[in-house]
Amino acid sequence: MASKSGLSQWRIPKEIRFPIAAEVILRKRRALKRDLLQQTDLFPIKIAILGGSTTQEVRSILELFLLAQGIQPSFYESSHKAYYEEAAFDSPELREFKPKIVFVHTTWHNVSQFPGLLEPVERVGALVRREMERFENFWEKIHNDLGSTIIQNNFDLPRLRPLGNLEASEPSARTNFLLNLNSEFGRYAHTHSFLLLNDIFYLSAKMGLAQWCDHNYWYNYHMALSPAATVTVALNVANMVKALYGKSKKCIMLDLDNTLWGGAIGEDGLQNLALGPDHPCGAAYVDFQQYLKDLRKRGILLAVCSKNNPENAREAFSHPDMVLKLEDFSSFKANWNPKSDSVREIAVELGIGLDSLVFVDDDPVERAIVSAQVPEVAVPEIGSDVSLFAEILEHEGYFEPGNVVQDDIERTGYYDSNVRRSSHQATFETYGEFLDSLEMTAEIASFVPLYLQRITTLINRSNQFNLTTRRYTEAEVDAVSRDPNYITLYGRLSDKFGDNGLVSVVIGCARGDTIELDVWVMSCRVLKRDMEHAMFDALIEACLARGVQKIVGLYIPSKKNLGVKDHYAKLGFHQLESTATRSLWQYNLVEPYSAKARHICRRSGEASSTHK
Amino acid sequence: MGDPNFMFRLQNIFQDVFDDRGLRITEKTTASDIPEWDSLTNINLIFAIEREFHIRFALGEIQELDNVGQMVALIQKKKE
Repeated sequence: MASKSGLSQWRIPKEIRFPIAAEVILRKRRALKRDLLQQTDLFPIKIAILGGSTTQEVRSILELFLLAQGIQPSFYESSHKAYYEEAAFDSPELREFKPKIVFVHTTWHNVSQFPGLLEPVERVGALVRREMERFENFWEKIHNDLGSTIIQNNFDLPRLRPLGNLEASEPSARTNFLLNLNSEFGRYAHTHSFLLLNDIFYLSAKMGLAQWCDHNYWYNYHMALSPAATVTVALNVANMVKALYGKSKKCIMLDLDNTLWGGAIGEDGLQNLALGPDHPCGAAYVDFQQYLKDLRKRGILLAVCSKNNPENAREAFSHPDMVLKLEDFSSFKANWNPKSDSVREIAVELGIGLDSLVFVDDDPVERAIVSAQVPEVAVPEIGSDVSLFAEILEHEGYFEPGNVVQDDIERTGYYDSNVRRSSHQATFETYGEFLDSLEMTAEIASFVPLYLQRITTLINRSNQFNLTTRRYTEAEVDAVSRDPNYITLYGRLSDKFGDNGLVSVVIGCARGDTIELDVWVMSCRVLKRDMEHAMFDALIEACLARGVQKIVGLYIPSKKNLGVKDHYAKLGFHQLESTATRSLWQYNLVEPYSAKARHICRRSGEASSTHK
Repeated sequence: MGDPNFMFRLQNIFQDVFDDRGLRITEKTTASDIPEWDSLTNINLIFAIEREFHIRFALGEIQELDNVGQMVALIQKKKE
């Protein structure tokens, strides 16, 4: 799976891991940046920051956190406070910059008009609508003109309350007004996938408003946020960007004794575990399990990675206060092997990359071993205080969902059925027989509006089966789907164990009698299932239908996609050229073409009629 | 004046913020002596000094400083 490239040996400087010390980051920013830039194979992204106050501080720290994720940002910053004007009225520089992401860094200071004291409810409602219209026009202008994903701050609260506690109930009060606006922002973001909210309302509450805003920095430097708050915001935005580009983790591997409960099941026995409401630590373990269960419900896989007798480990789950059940775990490794071995087995069993895994263990020695032996795996310094475990996991932003939660939720089901597929596989003589027994059906067709969001997510999140690692915004996917010069294909795959969902995308651009393939991605949950052949068959049909003679395929190596370097060779392409940074392949169409997919029954899309 | 390491700690902050281990400051150093002393590094410097010496500058105080010597005097006055 994940290769041992330069990055896997790379260690993120401890200063920018938990616990974050804002003063150290700000003080050593330049050295940290220098250090982080030693990484190879950084992924470039263009980000425009449109600020309602100064933005250079947040930019400089955001840069560090993104570099720590292997992302190298280039920035455009609006001129001082001109966030609204630059986007709402054409700014040639901004347009020329073509940002993939626009971060709108506004705070309550940027509300254009608050209600006057004791103005009636109707008037307050009208002002909320007016402010919303202003922002909606602005967002839609950005989305339509630039096709960018927007990360928008919602509103923090002012430190001062001229109306005292009446701020909470008086409709015309600033607090009440801002809460109304925040609900409207939420409503809009919920129905428009190009807009993501950076929840500074939460961040400021967590930090405390007195630390969030520092009057000195506001009056001296026009910083709406204190330096420490700037670090918090930058980390949060970096986590959102990371999620958009498929760098969120998919699975959390858990130790058992003193991680999911207090005590050791093998020595203390079931009755003596600290778990349940009668014991302070026991109550905290219950809450931690509930937190994990909530993660699982939204699609994060859980696995056990424990040194225990398997019988003891399983018996523990019969404890009456156990929130997690055996069936919540997609993989269960309780044995006496080194944990680094179990970790690798879990990755293989679930069919996900080592870099999608998080390892949680209260024992610092086990953490150090896994961290050293399997450097791709994320190993948070979780400590041994159960009441902080969830806090630390959240802080690291491992599981930030980006904008698509639905697909993540379905993912748990895909992987659980993958485990069933693997055990099923053991009963067949040949792999071909196994594939036939799956009774696979693929739906392959041109892009349809219904799937644009999922297609975008797949393009941006796929790393292993991804020939070019080129990323598209939803607006760009929409544009190519309407452009007659493009051939676009999505593929859904289902089998007798369940629906795998939309798992493959191909985008090709026609030049004369040639199609150049810009994107070919496939979800790694359907590797080796014949799906790439079904996609190729559909591509050939689409090409024949429009008289295309040649298909040109491009392979751009990255640190993750070495598995597909021979993809075009295997399909019968011949190599045109090859350098260290890319190889170019050509396929000449000849009729009659005999289909390559042997184990998949294919039908063309009925997306518009058969799927919700 | 109690801290004999005071100038050393202050110089360390400057070296960190400007990422220059060879940087030496004296009481006569001014912003124009360090080409990279811009508004961003200035904010990092002020914040680092506030945290290092557990002080907080009052509004307006920083603007009145002409050189490092005056900054030293201000920090020490605040620490008393």
